Amino acid sequence: MKNGSYDLPPEINSILATDCGSTTTKAILIEKVNGEYRLIVRGEAPTTVEAPFEDVTMGARNAIREVEELTGRHLLSEEGVITPRQADGSGVDIYLSTSSAGGGLQMMVAGVVKNMTAESAQRAALGAGAIVMDVISVDDGRRPHEKIQRIRHLRPDMILLSGGIDGGTITHVVEIAELIAAAEPKPRLGIGFKLPIIYAGNKDARQHIEKTLGDKLDLRIVDNLRPVLEREVLGPAREEIHNLFMEHVMAQAPGYNKLMKWTPIPIMPTPGAVGLIMQATAKKYDISVVGVDIGGATTDVFSVVGEVFNRTVSANLGMSYSISNVLLEAGTANIRRWIPFNIDEADLRNRIRNKMIRPTTIPQTLDELVIEQALSREALRLAFEHHKTLAVGLKGVQKQRTIGDAFDQSSSGESLINLMDLGMLIGSGGVLSHAPRRVQSALMMLDAFLPEGVTTLTVDSIFMMPQLGVLSTVHETAAVEVFEKDCLIWLGTAIAPVGVGREGDDCVTIRGVLPDGTSLSETIKFGAMKHIPLRETDLVELEIHPARGFDVGAGKGHVLKTQVKGGVAGIIIDARGRQPFVLPEDGLQRRKKLLEWFTALEVYPSELLARYAR
Amino acid sequence: MAHAYTPGLKVTEQATVRKMRRLPILGEVLVAEGKEVTPEMVVARAQLPGNPHTVNVANSLSVEPEDVPHFMVRKVGDKVGKGEVIATYRAFFGLMKNNVTSPVEGVIENISAVTGQVVVREPAIPVQVDAYIKGKITQVMPREGVIVETRGAFIQGIFGVGGERQGRLKMLAKNPDNILDEKDITPEGKDQIVIGGSLVTGRAIKKAMEYGVKGIVAGGIIDKDLVEILGYDIGVAITGHEDIPLTIVITEGFGKIRMAEKTFHLLKELSGQTASINGATQIRAGVMRPEIIVAGYVPKTVAAETKISEGLIPGTPIRIIREPFFGELAEVVDLPPELQTIETEAHVRILKARLTDGREVTIPRANVEILEE
Repeated sequence: MKNGSYDLPPEINSILATDCGSTTTKAILIEKVNGEYRLIVRGEAPTTVEAPFEDVTMGARNAIREVEELTGRHLLSEEGVITPRQADGSGVDIYLSTSSAGGGLQMMVAGVVKNMTAESAQRAALGAGAIVMDVISVDDGRRPHEKIQRIRHLRPDMILLSGGIDGGTITHVVEIAELIAAAEPKPRLGIGFKLPIIYAGNKDARQHIEKTLGDKLDLRIVDNLRPVLEREVLGPAREEIHNLFMEHVMAQAPGYNKLMKWTPIPIMPTPGAVGLIMQATAKKYDISVVGVDIGGATTDVFSVVGEVFNRTVSANLGMSYSISNVLLEAGTANIRRWIPFNIDEADLRNRIRNKMIRPTTIPQTLDELVIEQALSREALRLAFEHHKTLAVGLKGVQKQRTIGDAFDQSSSGESLINLMDLGMLIGSGGVLSHAPRRVQSALMMLDAFLPEGVTTLTVDSIFMMPQLGVLSTVHETAAVEVFEKDCLIWLGTAIAPVGVGREGDDCVTIRGVLPDGTSLSETIKFGAMKHIPLRETDLVELEIHPARGFDVGAGKGHVLKTQVKGGVAGIIIDARGRQPFVLPEDGLQRRKKLLEWFTALEVYPSELLARYAR
Repeated sequence: MAHAYTPGLKVTEQATVRKMRRLPILGEVLVAEGKEVTPEMVVARAQLPGNPHTVNVANSLSVEPEDVPHFMVRKVGDKVGKGEVIATYRAFFGLMKNNVTSPVEGVIENISAVTGQVVVREPAIPVQVDAYIKGKITQVMPREGVIVETRGAFIQGIFGVGGERQGRLKMLAKNPDNILDEKDITPEGKDQIVIGGSLVTGRAIKKAMEYGVKGIVAGGIIDKDLVEILGYDIGVAITGHEDIPLTIVITEGFGKIRMAEKTFHLLKELSGQTASINGATQIRAGVMRPEIIVAGYVPKTVAAETKISEGLIPGTPIRIIREPFFGELAEVVDLPPELQTIETEAHVRILKARLTDGREVTIPRANVEILEE
């Protein structure tokens, strides 16, 4: 257990954690039971950052009170959460919290070259849990006055400025600093306060940066995040972002000064905490992980590939507040392609707009559910596309290649995400976590991410990844145990051969012995989907024989022997083809195929699907 | 789950309305607490630093950046006119001369010996904030702004576009089902805020723009018409800054939807009064809905204060806000406490409601809003 420099009890048996989201504050109580950490109960209450309450601790108290009621335990006092646990059983050993209330952490980043230092700065900010409002660089195609105008109009919580390698030229990074100084940007919160700016660029330019920005902004200097071209060092910049988030953003937000006194552990931006738990999972299983959290306003995508962690946030892709933007970015044709019935475009558009203006409503009919899940597929797809553009190797670097290179890095700047090597997909957010049938979540993720080969599919049951993420900073064992046992729902395993064939030709054959002793031997035709039930607790050894021209991870036509885990949706064989995955152009044909897949996987009630077939 | 329903929008003939009028940067507040103000009265102002312009003197003179200060003929803090020489390079006893001029009128703010750039800042831009509504200043936030308070009628819409405007309300619909079409818009509508029933058509909006109408209030709008009027598609639900000559407030939603009876009757009652309207909508934390405010309105009959809604109980009038009964009005019949399985197979809290045509239907509680009486 690591507990850094925090003042924590020697033994931790009970943990209370809250996540103050923009609409809901969620509290979880974790306790050590029979030697393992388990989730005991959770409580939730509306967040109280906005008027008329304007005090985040009220919502936190209400959520914790629900935990008190459910457990019969006394956890709160006048001063806050009782810590450590008392002899009379009241209180908990530690309390910690994350926050995304009040719009989360909003940053502007700047660098010299768009694809190099500016991109590194963007990765640092996103990884720390920020929404990046804009990326300014010398070569971003905008003229100086346009950049100045843009900087003036943004009201970020802070700026991260990078540029130049240590010992390199200083002119360009000072030029960007001069533009920022000329623009005199103001912070989003706290009228009259100086905007914080972190400088993480060429160390030789520090004196000039100090002279240019020192008077106008609240300047902090940390190590260069690109000291040499070949290396990206994001740690110090991310740490300073977290410090400033506590000192500046949180300190300005209503009630946070009180909340900060409840815990010795810094309050972390929610997405930053989610990233930590994803990294802990990837480390534990030694696999690549892609995670997604689709909310009402934004969609976050996380990836952990080897040692590299990346996060992107698609600030305007979401299922309620930003749902019209999904329509705008994807277009109606892309949304309609997932709908197995004919719907008039104007009707579809009005429905989407009405969901935007009344975001708390839920689908009552199957038509509405299907439309909502079609929108979610497109939001996820677009967010993943966006992620792939940033989760890349360092640009501007000559890379040495070895035969053992696991990833596609034939030249610098290429994607780190290799879908064939992806071990696990983790879905989170209402539309995935609360789908009426779990197989619906599995299919939404399959359609949006198009994983290749063998991939484990999971969803977060009740969105407690943020609390577990911040917990992992002080007690990784507890965080990972609860994550696996109480947070993740194992949907199952997807097997998707890569290649394209003719409809009806053999695509893949699966052989193995199921836990009940029956032998399995299934050949799936190209263009079809197949569901094989396998319980969450079951692991089976499979031989996967792809047909000629298809690859499931061992090379084209080569057999893959692997162990797969079951789940609520069992094993899903997706023989619809990859690279490319294509839906029939003809509307009637396409709707017929959708119905065939929905029926094969029992995605929706069959008696209701029947009405679409007519 | 105490509030598993949408509480509905405020539609009230008497309310205390408080509006914060805040400067974007620190400035000067021009009114004192207790002062009576009118909508157009300026209550606070500030000097926004002027636009900065960068001039790359090193490049223009083909000299090293560190030599730039040496060639400057104007220093930091000097006022310069547009086209005025700010740096000069002379060689060969003045035979070769190269000048750099200022692109704008302003003040030299910075001369950089690192980049060779010079920043010229234009004069400050005055920004001012008006009172927006007729009322009284109840709080002054020094250097930041004020709070204006008034008593009057207050109606919230569900969605709007366009910013703050004032005008005389004019009811053009005979009943809440009426469609506001181009034939209804006449030159008399100039400077007015016109009110329709279930829908305002795209053609009516265009005509209204032509005649100088200040605002439109209607039950619904067709999404495609809105896209056409704005010239672009709205992505995220933040509005209020559209560059259009009028403000539109939609009270019910997208599509043709009968305006709620109460809203319609109050607007009819208010016809002829001067109102302040704002289309600004923001749907997320810190929800903001479009609004119509008639300051100082005194109802003809002194009604009791709007009943604070006690939530859903049998008999509560509701509107259904999602398919398959989207837009229909109904009355709550029963509120079974147990979760029930709906067609999607989700387990949710539901209610049973009677539609105006007498049919009894089951609706998730999340899909209704209370019509406040």
